[in-house]
Amino acid sequence: MATRLAFALVLALLAAMPALADPPFDAKDPAMARFQAGAKRSGYTFAEPETRAMQDDDFMNPAMLWAEKGETLWSTVDGEAGKSCASCHGKAEDSMKTVGAHYPKYDPSQRRVINLEQRINICRSQAMAAPEWKYESEPLLAMTTYVKMQSRGQTVAVAVDGPAAPWFEAGRRFYFERRGLNDVACNHCHIDNWGRHLRTELLSQGMSNGFPSYRLKWQKLGSLHRRLAGCNEEIRAEPYPLGSFEYVALELYLAWRAAGLQVETPSVRK
Amino acid sequence: MPTPKVKFNESAAKGEVVEVKTMIDHDMESGQRKDAAGKAIARKIINHFAVTLNGKPLFAADLAPAISANPALNFFFTATESGTLDFKWTDDDGSVYALSRAITVT
Repeated sequence: MATRLAFALVLALLAAMPALADPPFDAKDPAMARFQAGAKRSGYTFAEPETRAMQDDDFMNPAMLWAEKGETLWSTVDGEAGKSCASCHGKAEDSMKTVGAHYPKYDPSQRRVINLEQRINICRSQAMAAPEWKYESEPLLAMTTYVKMQSRGQTVAVAVDGPAAPWFEAGRRFYFERRGLNDVACNHCHIDNWGRHLRTELLSQGMSNGFPSYRLKWQKLGSLHRRLAGCNEEIRAEPYPLGSFEYVALELYLAWRAAGLQVETPSVRK
Repeated sequence: MPTPKVKFNESAAKGEVVEVKTMIDHDMESGQRKDAAGKAIARKIINHFAVTLNGKPLFAADLAPAISANPALNFFFTATESGTLDFKWTDDDGSVYALSRAITVT
């Protein structure tokens, strides 16, 4: 009798324990339609409902603080040429409408694939005769966010053939290459095991469509390259410099992986 | 210089419950961190937030070091009179960041 009672008590306790619950996600939910493309799922679908709510409300989205700074910078004259972004590009709402969805991109004048951050700095040094912004600096994050946000809702589509092919191939190789003390590659988490747990961490598909992103862990907005460096550190690999050839090539490969998803910039993640 | 922002229904009906959303960009440096040289980084947070309607207290909050960067504070109140909402964020260094918005209650 006593054993049975103890047994029942243990069962009751187990039932009362909160389950390790993943954020709710229903692929058929109409509200989730714009965060999916076929089997591809944006990081939004792996986020907690509270985090999703922050992203959904432009006022409550802290990343908007950077977008607003970017908007001010857009029409701020800087450099010896006496120009602002607006001098050449007019209204960002019109001129930048689809730009963010197509970067990284092969630039014939540079003869290499460049990302949005590098495009902005080339504009600064060449057209504006202004000093380049440091990677991950506040103004560069603000401007990148503001420009990419104009493509919000546009479908990610990057060119990976022709002159961009070598970068795409380098990015693909990086993605499947084991590295670091943990000896794992990107695909081990983000292709083979997404949706499963790495300790308490729910692994996402590693889609890049929301960057630059406000990470609650960082308490600020950050670039995709900062996230990549963080990924590399987590698997105990030496991170590459932000804006390096390796990360730009990987960014191109990730954009190709995310093709079909909508640009979500500026997103909020945990 | 932090730039606060607020949002609410500026033309409310009498008796309507108005939600006020606020946010300020601020690092909320907790005082618990150390810099690369191992020296403690001094605490610098928004320690107090207060809202008045026509000079009368409407909402106030004391903030603590564990509160995240870019604090967002939302609250509700019942619209009874037209007037001016004054928002004040007080920083540890003594600076006050302020905003004023009119509300019309009909």
